[in-house]
Amino acid sequence: MSLLPWTIYLSLAGALLALAGGRRSAGTARWVALLTAAGAWILTLLAATRFVPGPGLQTLVDASWIPSMGVRYHLAADGISLTLLVLTGIAATAGVLFSWNIEERTGEFFALFLVLVAGVYGVFLSADALVLFIFYEVAIVPKYFLIANWGSTNREYGAMKLALYSFAGSSMVLAGLLWAYAVGGGHGFGFADLAQATAGLSRHQQIAVFALVFFGFATLAGIFPLHTWAPTGHVAAPTAASMLLAGVVMKLGAYGCLRVALPLSPVGFAYWQAPIAWLAVVGIVYAGLVALMQEDLKFVIGYSSVSHMGFVLLGLAAANLQAVSGAVLQMFSHGVIAGLLFAVVGRMVYDRTHTRKLADLRAMPLYRLLPFAAAVFVVAGVASMGLPGFSGFPAELTILIGAWKRDPAWAAVAALGVLVAAAFTLRAIQLGFFGSKETAQQPAPVGAADHPLQFEPVSAAEKIGALLLIGATVLIGLRPDLLLDWINPALQSPLLQAALKAGTP
Amino acid sequence: MSSIPVLSLVIFVPWIGALVLASLPRLGERASRVLALAFSLSTIALAIACLGSFECASTGYQFVERHNWIGALNVHYHLGLDGLSLLLVLLTGLLSPASLLASWRRVRDPRFFGLLFLLLQGAALGVFLALDFFHWFIFWELSLIPAYFLIKLWGGSGAARAAYQFVIYTIGGSAFLLLGFVAIFAATGTLDFVQLASLGADGTLGARLATLGSFWPQAVFLGVFLGFAVKVPLFPFHTWLPPAYAEAPTGVSMFLTGVMSKMGVYGFLRLLWPLFPGPLHAAAVPLLWFALGGAVLGAFAAMRQTDLKRMIAYSSVNHVSYCLLALFAVSAATGRSGLTSEAAAAALSGALLQMFNHGLSAGALFYCAGVLETRAGGRRGLGDFGGVQSAAPVFAGLCGIAMFSSLGLPGLNGFIGEFLIFRGVWGLVPWAAAVACLGLFATAFFLLTFWQRVFHGPRAGAAAGEFADLAGLDLAVLCPPVALMFILGVLPQILTRLFNPLITMWANHLSLP
Amino acid sequence: MNPDYSGLFAALGPETALVLGALAVLGLDLSVFRSRTRADRLRLALSVAALAVLAAGASVWLGPRGPIYGGVLILDPLAVATRLGVLVLTLLTLGVTRAAAELRQPAEYVAVMLFAATGLMLMAAAQQLLLVFLALELASLSLYVIAGFDHSRRDSAEAALKYFLFGGMAAAFLLFGFSLIYGVTGSIELPRIAAYISLQGADPLLLVALVMVLVAFGFKVAAAPFHLWAPDVYQGAPASSAALIASASKLAGFTLFTRLLWPGFGAAAGNVASLTGEPGWLPVVAVIAALSLLLGNFAALAQSSLRRLLAYSAIAHAGALLLGVMAFGKSGPAPLFYYASTYGLATVGAFGVITAMEAGGRCEEITDLAGLHRRSPLLAACLAVFILSLAGIPPLAGFFGKFAVFSAALRLGGVAGPAGWLAILAIALSTVALYYYLIVLKQALVASPAADARPIRVPRVAALTLAAAAVLIVWFGLFPSQLIGLF
Repeated sequence: MSLLPWTIYLSLAGALLALAGGRRSAGTARWVALLTAAGAWILTLLAATRFVPGPGLQTLVDASWIPSMGVRYHLAADGISLTLLVLTGIAATAGVLFSWNIEERTGEFFALFLVLVAGVYGVFLSADALVLFIFYEVAIVPKYFLIANWGSTNREYGAMKLALYSFAGSSMVLAGLLWAYAVGGGHGFGFADLAQATAGLSRHQQIAVFALVFFGFATLAGIFPLHTWAPTGHVAAPTAASMLLAGVVMKLGAYGCLRVALPLSPVGFAYWQAPIAWLAVVGIVYAGLVALMQEDLKFVIGYSSVSHMGFVLLGLAAANLQAVSGAVLQMFSHGVIAGLLFAVVGRMVYDRTHTRKLADLRAMPLYRLLPFAAAVFVVAGVASMGLPGFSGFPAELTILIGAWKRDPAWAAVAALGVLVAAAFTLRAIQLGFFGSKETAQQPAPVGAADHPLQFEPVSAAEKIGALLLIGATVLIGLRPDLLLDWINPALQSPLLQAALKAGTP
Repeated sequence: MSSIPVLSLVIFVPWIGALVLASLPRLGERASRVLALAFSLSTIALAIACLGSFECASTGYQFVERHNWIGALNVHYHLGLDGLSLLLVLLTGLLSPASLLASWRRVRDPRFFGLLFLLLQGAALGVFLALDFFHWFIFWELSLIPAYFLIKLWGGSGAARAAYQFVIYTIGGSAFLLLGFVAIFAATGTLDFVQLASLGADGTLGARLATLGSFWPQAVFLGVFLGFAVKVPLFPFHTWLPPAYAEAPTGVSMFLTGVMSKMGVYGFLRLLWPLFPGPLHAAAVPLLWFALGGAVLGAFAAMRQTDLKRMIAYSSVNHVSYCLLALFAVSAATGRSGLTSEAAAAALSGALLQMFNHGLSAGALFYCAGVLETRAGGRRGLGDFGGVQSAAPVFAGLCGIAMFSSLGLPGLNGFIGEFLIFRGVWGLVPWAAAVACLGLFATAFFLLTFWQRVFHGPRAGAAAGEFADLAGLDLAVLCPPVALMFILGVLPQILTRLFNPLITMWANHLSLP
Repeated sequence: MNPDYSGLFAALGPETALVLGALAVLGLDLSVFRSRTRADRLRLALSVAALAVLAAGASVWLGPRGPIYGGVLILDPLAVATRLGVLVLTLLTLGVTRAAAELRQPAEYVAVMLFAATGLMLMAAAQQLLLVFLALELASLSLYVIAGFDHSRRDSAEAALKYFLFGGMAAAFLLFGFSLIYGVTGSIELPRIAAYISLQGADPLLLVALVMVLVAFGFKVAAAPFHLWAPDVYQGAPASSAALIASASKLAGFTLFTRLLWPGFGAAAGNVASLTGEPGWLPVVAVIAALSLLLGNFAALAQSSLRRLLAYSAIAHAGALLLGVMAFGKSGPAPLFYYASTYGLATVGAFGVITAMEAGGRCEEITDLAGLHRRSPLLAACLAVFILSLAGIPPLAGFFGKFAVFSAALRLGGVAGPAGWLAILAIALSTVALYYYLIVLKQALVASPAADARPIRVPRVAALTLAAAAVLIVWFGLFPSQLIGLF
């Protein structure tokens, strides 16, 4: 377990090495990046094998940093952190594999990518709210440059919107945290310290502080109606960045909500619980409906990410053991599935066809030209629909159970979202991959080389990446207890229990 | 109970077959077909093996496998076999190879086709054998994906839309089903069918659901009901069926009508009825009308079709509605004084028999329609044929038997099921039986029309030119079901002995909590 | 009072070193280096000046502490830290001047810079009104001169003139205010003034004097509404001059005026922790801070000139620094000093990059930065560090500066009063600031170079200086206690 902080340091070191390696050749940079990402992932897996689930964070590093302000460099992990750390490892490794074909400024690309990964690892490992905030902000700048430099549609606008929304969200968080910290006497930024400090505020102030911190984090999680940066930004981003952004970085917001916001003020949480839940379910359905109308395949997936994150937020809002554990499971599940979807659309399809318009793709059709991509997209699509057998199902099931216990109306509307998800996913599959040149009167043999368009075959790197992600989603779909056994004990910690109790009438 | 996990083998051997086919991308066409058929035949082989050691007299589950799986959700890997499931497993085992043979040389890319079909077969078997919601629902939903692709990629001109509609409707129903079970789990903490059945019987389930509000037991019932109603399909949720069955390739239509519709009925019998006896009873009268609507209107709609496959599709709606008619009648009559368990037993055994028999007859009929379509070069209208009997007497003979079985002619298997249903329903809810007779007349009418227009009279249309009689392959597909039609018509106890104790137990324990 | 000349001499060691250094620069240039090329003369002048600065630094480090010469000077931790800070910033400015385009009189330029540094050093330690004025004027006059040093551009002369006119007027206000203070309190020493006010309370005349002091303060640190000189001066002056003006002068200015206000006028401070509180100069400072934050941030959005953008951002930062001033009473000098010094580092760096770029072409508009990552990766990387520090992105020092100041302001009384509201406003505006900072970085790191752009050669000394500034920013960002712990 004590190896875990090395995920951060290793990623940072890898970033520097990749930058230097990029001067020599693009290949050096790629391999450095791959080794770093895989190495960090292996560290998380090693820690996982030795992990003993239990309540409360297990401290990894605790050093005094700014004594006069009570800030400590405090890293710790529990089952929830570990789940997300493993997810980061998977997503980062897959992201590197799917970026194998980047030729321009390769060293800088992977350097920025690895700095982003380091920031993400840092957030999941932080046990001090300020340290968490710092790692959170460290991740913002690489995001901007990854999208602005290597992105596609509308990249400068998308990058700026994403960066500004993220920063605005984190500013709200900073305001709330500083408020609580200052009024509480400035003892420190540990989660328990802040909770204690907030408890001393008046009821209205607690409601305000909670709102600042929660909605600040929730912006990054894509809560309706502060979600508009997500589809634009993710569509603009290059494939690996989209995978990481939609897959992991959005989870930073949800994690912040869970780890920092919820325990901060049970009073505030009790006040905001219903509005948050309703915003979440509205987001699920609304984003799904918007996805149904999209003409660009990547936008469909961008909106589907917002819809899935709505489930996470619903789980957090419902605030019982089932719902929250489901939310964490959904964080993991969606991280893998979103990665898979973006990988197919961005790397396998767009890099070859140079179009993402459903109208164009329909005429190809892709299941004959890129059968592997079609198969992977079908798997990813049905996993995204929440089809049983894949990780989305136990996650959504658990969230629905938890939400039902708190207020059946929430669960009912969310279940509508499941239906809408099926509709837009099937539409995307049908139009994107299984269209036909005209109504197929004489279906030619599948896979025939009679089509004038030829695409380069799917590379080994892409295949490995895809299988990695598919394996993860199937494994957790059939054995969700592997993760639930980590998550459920972690939810027994006193801080989280206080938050859960606040949300249960 | 032997140490071999027979039921797991039943489910997963077809899936292993699919995996084998997937991992051999360059397998030749002939080899693919043979491999797929071999794996598909495993089901009937294993089922017959089970038959040997199946104790008909016991009403509990046999060959049970139960292992801990997901502790946090109290989910267990639970499989079990009783009379009802065994019946359906046998049906699946019979129809699947038939469907594959029906597609023997008629589909392109048989490797992919076989792969998808085996996935579908395994999923269907899983639905019939699983006894815990988690993996039951996995199988239930997973069956949709192969079905979707089978319809879309090998179907007719409207296949894409039909497939899409089929999946969306079914997933829509499943979403409600899921929500219903979410509520059930939230209220009871278990997803195990056996436990839930006992909770439903003594009223605990209803009471627990009602703690959130007194309308919730009804609402949850409605959700679960919708999930199954769409699958069967029960009128008025049936609109996806005619396009899907008509556009699908022949083999797939056979499987859809024979097996997949029974998944819905199975759901009613295994889940909806045991878990919600009270709400079902309360809703029984409207549901009776739905079932009657399906039976009568389905038959009348079939009458008006000119596309042969659509005709048989609507006829399927009609036949399956009889099964549900029986169930709803039993539920409607529950708790009434003077109820005889005899009538209930008759209705229920009729329903089960009808399930099996309809599978056989509808499957055979779809195959015949497929033969006609192939011989006619893609046309399958009622007016495209004439006098086929003189061109292909063997074919006419076998097809005729299938038709009369579907009609319910005494001496063939279809009669027993329908007779028992009517007898039972008459003893429970007489007016429903009276109305259902209309369906019988309509069915007779259109089937005889089919017979007369297509087979009788001077050779016309496609039969005017060359019209080959049945080849060996066709015989291989049609003969087993037809033979069974005869055998079961005369000796229905071959089947009924499997589930009679179960039915008797059900009929004797009709009560409202 | 017993004049302790030896103590005074020891305390003024740094100033002596700097003056001697300036004279040496001038003398050597007139005599020995006369025949060398202008570039050589610049180099040599800078070397001598650097030595002088280092000597001054050693003198500060080893010099005495506490009140000097009967309280005329005070070498408390704030003063010592400011003096060291000014010296570091001056050293860095000298380093980047190495890359400056041809200066016509390099030795004079460097010498005047050293004089300015002397004045700033004195400003940091002055505790007596006359000395305050003297130091301020010494520094200001020197800065006016170097602002107008570029004879090839009219902007430079305009900048110098504007700076001089505004500065002169501010000095007049200050002097008048001081005379009023003397008239009312009878003393020119800050401790005595403070004692008088705490005993007698605030006199109306004293309030007038306060207002005048605040006007001068606002001018010096370029806070709205006294900021009008800043955009033109930042744009017109030679880049290296602007570096010094923006960094060291601001640091020393804040120290000087904070010392005037708090230890001097502290008793008349008033209360910004809540809305109900005694009136005093704090609410006025709060208003100035709010105006600066709003004006600075929103005006910067509209800029297309890089230097003017930096000027307006300086105004915004001044607003935030004023929060540190407001919190000084309760939290001490640490937040203010940390923020001002790291802000100075970043600004020196930013202007240093501009200096280096101007040697290879023009650098007026933001779009002139296009493709910097290709033209000079070093400059691009350093610029990224400086701009991100200005934007307040952790783990760079700029973030901790803001963090320290905001938490100090919030500690005054939570969000019950203007101090807290200002902190929240400043946090909110930092998102606006990020936008325009990212625009700059977008040009430098994302955009492709213009068709006629050539690679930029940066002299080694300048490159080292910029790298050192960047490293310091990162270092103090990772280990803020190094600076905060000084107090």
